[in-house]
Amino acid sequence: MNWTAVAAIYRFEMARFFRTLMQSFLSPVLSTSLYFVVFGAAIGSRIDQVEGVSYGAFIVPGLVMLSVITQSISNASFGIYFPKFIGTVYELLSAPISFLEIVLGYVGAAATKALFIGCVILFTASLFVDFTIAHPVAMVAFLVLTCLSFALLGFILGIWAGNFEQLQLVPLLIVTPLVFLGGSFYSISMLPPVWQTVTLFNPVVYLISGFRWSFFGMADVSIGFSLAAIALFLCTCLAVIWWIFKTGWRLRG
Amino acid sequence: MTAILSIQDLRKVYAGGFEALKGVSLDIEEGEILALLGPNGAGKTTLISTICGITTPSAGTVTVGGHDILTDFRAARSLIGLVPQEVALEPFEKVRNTVRFSRGLFGKPTDDALVENILRRLSLWDKKDSSIKELSGGMKRRVLIAKALAHEPRVLFLDEPTAGVDVELRKDMWDIVDELKKDGVTIILTTHYIEEAEAIADRVGVINNGELLLVEDKDALMGRMGQKQLEVHLSAALDAVPAALADYNLDLGKDGRSLIYTYDIRAERTGITRLLNDVAQSGLVLTDVNTQQSSLEDIFVGLVSEGKP
Ligand SMILES: Nc1ncnc2c1ncn2[C@@H]1O[C@H](COP(=O)(O)OP(=O)(O)OP(=O)(O)O)[C@@H](O)[C@H]1O
Ligand SMILES: [Mg+2]
Repeated sequence: MNWTAVAAIYRFEMARFFRTLMQSFLSPVLSTSLYFVVFGAAIGSRIDQVEGVSYGAFIVPGLVMLSVITQSISNASFGIYFPKFIGTVYELLSAPISFLEIVLGYVGAAATKALFIGCVILFTASLFVDFTIAHPVAMVAFLVLTCLSFALLGFILGIWAGNFEQLQLVPLLIVTPLVFLGGSFYSISMLPPVWQTVTLFNPVVYLISGFRWSFFGMADVSIGFSLAAIALFLCTCLAVIWWIFKTGWRLRG
Repeated sequence: MTAILSIQDLRKVYAGGFEALKGVSLDIEEGEILALLGPNGAGKTTLISTICGITTPSAGTVTVGGHDILTDFRAARSLIGLVPQEVALEPFEKVRNTVRFSRGLFGKPTDDALVENILRRLSLWDKKDSSIKELSGGMKRRVLIAKALAHEPRVLFLDEPTAGVDVELRKDMWDIVDELKKDGVTIILTTHYIEEAEAIADRVGVINNGELLLVEDKDALMGRMGQKQLEVHLSAALDAVPAALADYNLDLGKDGRSLIYTYDIRAERTGITRLLNDVAQSGLVLTDVNTQQSSLEDIFVGLVSEGKP
């Protein structure tokens, strides 16, 4: 294992993040504030409470998840797609490192950035509403696991993508709808029974539900299910990564 | 001397079914400089990419310093530095950082003194804190070399290092190669310029259509290519070369209306002055004079049409 190389990739990617620190923070802070103004104030004034939690506080975990998931995917997919696009990937391929080191470096950095932004959003949210975190350890665990799994997904996406359109297509057409329909801004129990059943096929529901449980101690689905779902998702991504590693798919001609 | 790089029957078939390397075998001695010549699409870059791990070989074996490039890829690649044909650099990164990154990627501990030394040798020290995008094309090419040298490779691949580079920088590049050779680095470079091969290589290989047509000691090859012919056109036809000119080994041209003198351009004395003097003395009347040189192009065409040297 070439840890020096992992560190080099990780630092290189983080440097890119810090070069654009303002953009990196400004946009999530701004969008979070907007969500609170629009959803918190406009809708919150009609929906007073959801299962005993004020609506403003209720949407906090969903908002964090929304950003963390999008950020993990876009950071990781862009991180590995960009070298492919500008040709600098030759250096990764000719270095004495295996795919494992490449994944650790890129996914580690992408997950770190997403985690950072998750924390910034949590902080921004605390300026708008009061909330407490009932299970802090579980909260952190959920957050880290989500960052890692979706960074892995993003990495796969970046390896797969042949152009910038494809790079944006998957997040736009699949991930964003799943996250929005995953109960970020409402409780599943507020939906008609048929839709409740449909929603259970959305993997993001389990993440948001579990994450919300760590805040308020209440969940749409049981916490065990949530943990199993994220574990399953993580393992699937790892399996795909392992397959790419074995076949050199889309990396080595 | 032992071969630091050994290529055995290397084949590469691209995904589309195109066979870019058709069984290349080649041994390269430690410390030598090999220039690979070949027309566009010959397979030079493919050969280098396959050895360096950018593409996977379809058949055959390659060892670097005795390490197989597939089964023992970490040890093999640690010895190799690669300067690719296309300039590919992260535009917003700083020069020094990108060189440091390359060293880290190869698992070597940070060494600022070494990085400084490399940048100074490549006249990039002034630009160490500039972003890549602020550099000129020639400077970017040197950054690529700096990155390739950052982990102190024993074998360096330079894929057309002087394509699109001005005369001065080309000379600089040759000096750099010379210095690296003194350090004992083995260098394999591709080029389209015969002067370049002549200036720096120990051996020259010619590749076409995925086949290595010849690998020859530079001096021997240059001997063949350094031949030039002087043709003296005469006002009246001759039946034979005049006895007075017998010493020059002349050939009679078409219709006996010209004399052809073959000489070595690299020789100290080509004998042209004396020949022309003697021609005038012998009473022959000249109408025209022209010279022809066998170029690399001729050798290519010859090799390619014959298939074998
Ligand atoms: N990724 C690829 N997929 C399919 N064919 C390829 C690929 N890369 C190169 N080729 C083909 O392989 C052949 C050799 O290409 P290569 O780049 O090795 O040539 P080269 O000798 O480096 O040429 P040049 O002097 O133009 O750089 C060409 O016919 C090229 O079209
Ligand atoms: Mg080439």
